[in-house]
Amino acid sequence: MFDKLPSITSFISRDRNIGRLLGVALFILIILSILNPGLFLTVSNFKSMAYQLPEFGLLAMAIMIALLTGGIDLSAVGIANLSGVLAALTMIRFIPQGAAGWQITLVIGAAVALGLVIGAICGAINGFLIGRIGIPAILATLGTMQLFTGISIIITKGYAVLGLPDAFLYFGNGTIGIFPVPLLIFIVIAVLFALLLNKTTLGQELFLMGTNPTAAKFTGLDNFRLTLKTYMVSGLLSGLAGLMIIARTNSAKADYGASYTLQAIVVAVMGGVDPAGGAGTVIGLVLAMISLQFLSSGFNMLRVGGSFSNYFRELVWGVVLILVMVINYLDAKKRARTPQESGTDAKAQMPDTAAGAGSAQK
Amino acid sequence: MKKILRSSEFFVALVVMVLCIIIGLINPVFFSWENLFDLLRSGVVTGILALGCLIVIVSGGTDVSFATIAIFAVYLASKILIAWQFDGTVLVAFLLSAAIGTVLGLFNGALIAWFRLPTMIVTLGTSSIFRGAMLVFIGTFIINKLPQGILAFGQATLAQVSNANGAVIGLPVSVVIFFGAAVLVWLMMKYTMLGRGIYALGGDRVAAERAGLNVIGIQLFIYGLVGFLAGISGVVHASLVRNVNPFDLIGTEMNVIAAVVLGGARITGGRGTVFGTILGVMLVVIMNNSLILLGIPSYWQRAAIGVLILLGTGITAWQSKRESAANLLES
Repeated sequence: MFDKLPSITSFISRDRNIGRLLGVALFILIILSILNPGLFLTVSNFKSMAYQLPEFGLLAMAIMIALLTGGIDLSAVGIANLSGVLAALTMIRFIPQGAAGWQITLVIGAAVALGLVIGAICGAINGFLIGRIGIPAILATLGTMQLFTGISIIITKGYAVLGLPDAFLYFGNGTIGIFPVPLLIFIVIAVLFALLLNKTTLGQELFLMGTNPTAAKFTGLDNFRLTLKTYMVSGLLSGLAGLMIIARTNSAKADYGASYTLQAIVVAVMGGVDPAGGAGTVIGLVLAMISLQFLSSGFNMLRVGGSFSNYFRELVWGVVLILVMVINYLDAKKRARTPQESGTDAKAQMPDTAAGAGSAQK
Repeated sequence: MKKILRSSEFFVALVVMVLCIIIGLINPVFFSWENLFDLLRSGVVTGILALGCLIVIVSGGTDVSFATIAIFAVYLASKILIAWQFDGTVLVAFLLSAAIGTVLGLFNGALIAWFRLPTMIVTLGTSSIFRGAMLVFIGTFIINKLPQGILAFGQATLAQVSNANGAVIGLPVSVVIFFGAAVLVWLMMKYTMLGRGIYALGGDRVAAERAGLNVIGIQLFIYGLVGFLAGISGVVHASLVRNVNPFDLIGTEMNVIAAVVLGGARITGGRGTVFGTILGVMLVVIMNNSLILLGIPSYWQRAAIGVLILLGTGITAWQSKRESAANLLES
């Protein structure tokens, strides 16, 4: 009885959200294709999206898993850049001039491993600060964001690290058949991540802790170890995102992609992740990401706002975030009033209570 | 006495003093009037923003949009004044900028109060909207020719010293605005129904509602006031740097939040004082400005601030965790 309740509620919300998101994505696709058929429906356009989305998608998943537990990870981009900087420096320092193929492969392998380990360590630091010391997630990751970014700045002295080996750049720019490598990596990771959330005990425990940490504690869950694991997964995903960023751009910077944090939260909330914790799906996240990418590519292409299109995008994403939250609130309120659905279920989902708990936590 | 010793304000004050002594021992320049004026000057804008931020945090919310509101308000206000060819008193600039800020703050407040949305995510969204709207519809260029009133206000000083090189360093009048605002906020938080209501709201929202407080009204007031203070700080910032750059200030909100939290305000609401906030601002400003005096390269600044935030929040979090464990054992 106890473990069935959340699965029913999450199924209802998942169904509704995914339907709505698919609708939004298709609507944007059709409108843009009609307005500008020659530009939007081209292979090159979809290709450029396929290279840009993966790194962002990984960061969005990193922030999503923290949101699921009722926390937040503001340091994801900082972790990504630190991992990227260290991996890039490893490759540049340790590949000698005219090195043999196996040497290069070895160093690249080591650099990738280092990037991922750094990501996991940074995540573990977050988890320790939040779970053991008891710093609220928003403050802990605010501090570590500054710290990790600061370490990257100290290491690079503020300069970009350039000149990565071609074999490594393949992961950011190559193709297998017609599919871009980064997109394939992203799909594999997204599937693994979805399995982790839905098919493993860890995933179920995460949702439980996000819904009600006190209940989770009294069910016998070790909230500290769960928090630690959550942020380590988050850190790993961020580290991987960092590697993909340097593989695509051929440079590592301490302050790359600062706007990704906000965008990732937008995508997560739009994709049905409850910022107060306890609800959200990977498929919703991916669909939200695609819709927003359609939207921003569309604006870029239609030259809305002239040369300011980048700023216009910021405006639109903000509006979308607020609108989605207001619609979700009104929707939950309406459902709370309709008697045929189980009253307790709908009430548990009311942002009313959720927002209270959320703002208390954040 | 014991209560004073255990309060977080006392602890922060101690840290500030120790920090000052250490920096002063390493580099005596720290204790010069020149450096003191310099610190006050760079702390004014952070300080005014921190007062607004404190009120939000006490009420149990988190606002990350106030820095964007500040630059939006002063940028739009300057554009309007220039369009009017207004060259009169700086008061008009303050009124205009504060009014714009209040409107934007009320927009946040309306979303938060009526739709009961999580405050941090709302303000993340609105700061993106405000910034986007400013850069698309108002402009992206730096305004160098500010109205005379603002420039004159920035040059007016309370006191002046000249350093060894003969350069004159003044204490800007805007320091008065900061201390004035601090006193007003302190009086409001401590002695008015409204102020007590804000503490009650942050302590326990449901209890505050049951006690008959108008929570929606209080929230509208809080976010409106944050916008108002942001508008004021925008003009102060413009007067000190003598231009308005639409890319300025944005990003400083994290330093401000850090200052408020380091000053003993609890991020989950219900606790926080003006005095503590002033100490927190001092801590952050001293850290930011004194690395150079210590001979540490400026690119260490980010990491140092990060460590400061983690230490400050970590110690308070650890203390309250142990306290609640001790309470459980006692009862």
